Amino acid sequence: MPGQVQIRRVWKPLAHVACALPLAVLLLELLAVGPFRIGPNPALAIRDTLGTWGLRLLLATLAMTPLRLATGQAWPLAFRRLLGLWSFAYVLLHFVTYFVLDRGIELGIILEDVAKRPYITIGTAAFLLMVPLAVTSTAGWRRRLGPRWTRLHRLVYPVAILACWHYYWLVKRDVREPLLYVTVLLMLLGWRLVARRAARRTAPAARPD
Amino acid sequence: MLIRKAPDIRPSEITPERVFRDRRRLLKAAGFIGASALLAEARAADTIPANHRRLANVKKVPAPAGLTPNTFEEVTGYNNFYEFGTDKSDPAANSGKFRPKPWKVAIEGEAEVTGSFDFDALVSPHQLEERIYRFRCVEAWSMVIPWVGIPLGDVLKRFKPSSKAKYVAFETVMRPEEMPGQRYPILDWPYVEGLTIAEAMHPLTLLVTGVYGVELPAQNGAPLRLMVPWKYGFKSIKSIVRIRFTEQQPPTSWNLAAPDEYGFYANVNPKVDHPRWSQASERVVSSGLGSLLASRVPTQPFNGYAAQVASLYTGLDLARNF
Ligand code: HEM
Repeated sequence: MPGQVQIRRVWKPLAHVACALPLAVLLLELLAVGPFRIGPNPALAIRDTLGTWGLRLLLATLAMTPLRLATGQAWPLAFRRLLGLWSFAYVLLHFVTYFVLDRGIELGIILEDVAKRPYITIGTAAFLLMVPLAVTSTAGWRRRLGPRWTRLHRLVYPVAILACWHYYWLVKRDVREPLLYVTVLLMLLGWRLVARRAARRTAPAARPD
Repeated sequence: MLIRKAPDIRPSEITPERVFRDRRRLLKAAGFIGASALLAEARAADTIPANHRRLANVKKVPAPAGLTPNTFEEVTGYNNFYEFGTDKSDPAANSGKFRPKPWKVAIEGEAEVTGSFDFDALVSPHQLEERIYRFRCVEAWSMVIPWVGIPLGDVLKRFKPSSKAKYVAFETVMRPEEMPGQRYPILDWPYVEGLTIAEAMHPLTLLVTGVYGVELPAQNGAPLRLMVPWKYGFKSIKSIVRIRFTEQQPPTSWNLAAPDEYGFYANVNPKVDHPRWSQASERVVSSGLGSLLASRVPTQPFNGYAAQVASLYTGLDLARNF
């Protein structure tokens, strides 16, 4: 098991690099470096790549707790905040590309989209719910909020459900890929339910309720 | 001709190639031809790989003013052709196994002459023309594409459709072993489409055999596809193996899959939104960093071909018959 220092000095910087990799690839594609090409519709390619990585990192964030339970080790928890914040960064950039590149900062069209197109309404809800989570992710906020912090951060579950739903609803016909993400999400949430029930059965006296 | 404002090209206006070339040389010498048109031509010629067969004896028409064709790379690298996969890059990547020759088309239904016809029998009696058309996808992106083909009506007339022929139905080839997308029931394969007989006979409706002066690449619908420039792209069915004259409106694939999202007519209409996105504007497909800040452009009724085709629909409620 890696120690605290090793996690901080080695594994976290590596995780940051890994999380930044899709952004770096996107940049190489945009600048047409070597074999990297963005393709004929760059604005939409950027938007979709960012959205996809936002979702992947969100699910990776949710995988840390099951990973801790499965391995019996605490280190996965050290990566929850890191992954969650990177997910938020991608989703934020996803929203910015939609807003600026796709919609040309036309507020009227964006409001119409949010009101009339359910997949965008849902995406917006997911994004807005992520904001307080990102803001309160610091150690200071965690201390200040106490037990309320844990309750607040349970918002990550509706965020993940809405995000998958957003993806499922926006594809035209081929739902195989969104269904893959839905499956992963259900497994991660299902794991928690099963684990909690198991914990309750083995140690009923430990819980006051 | 080159500085004409009207976006349409009627067959009667096509300049014979020799005259056109001479005139073009003169204009070039005089520096009159727009830099963008020359640039597009140069770009296109540069980027067409040598393995694409040039089509001989194509009547060329100059691009109508304001229409600069997309590059060959864009036209052949960004495609919706679900038979080869659902990503825009899939058709180019997954169509290597597809064999467009030999090719036969079955002509059936309400016509005097029916039967199975070889590609050459169908196409070679006609003069190939290059037509530069706007192309508008239902997903709110667009391109400008120099197609090569023949007016569909000229071909259909040879089969002498009867008075019962109110519609024309089309079917795409079914070859799951060559078209990996057909191995999954994304749509109810084979892909089917249809037009009213008036739409099919309209001079703008093209039976396409090439693009950019070369034989149609597999990802663009080789060897034979439709191009109905005032309708959303999915109406312009690709790799056609069956044409049937019918009395009843034929079923169409996207309409069967999602009737509230895709109608039979599918005329480009900025006023009728797709349930999940607006059709009021479109993104012009364009590679390069410069395109990042290019704004969307307003979508035109009938994709800019209203003057030629709106009369086909007088009395029809276009909001309901979307
Ligand atoms: C947690 C928040 C969000 C996540 C995880 C997310 C994720 C995604 C994913 C995975 C895609 C599909 C990419 C692809 O097709 O490859 C997508 C597409 C898209 N998203 Fe989001 N998204 C989020 C929020 C938003 C917001 C707030 C907006 C706008 C207000 C938005 C607008 C769009 C649009 C316009 C598309 C493309 C739809 C299309 O293909 O037509 N998303 N998003």
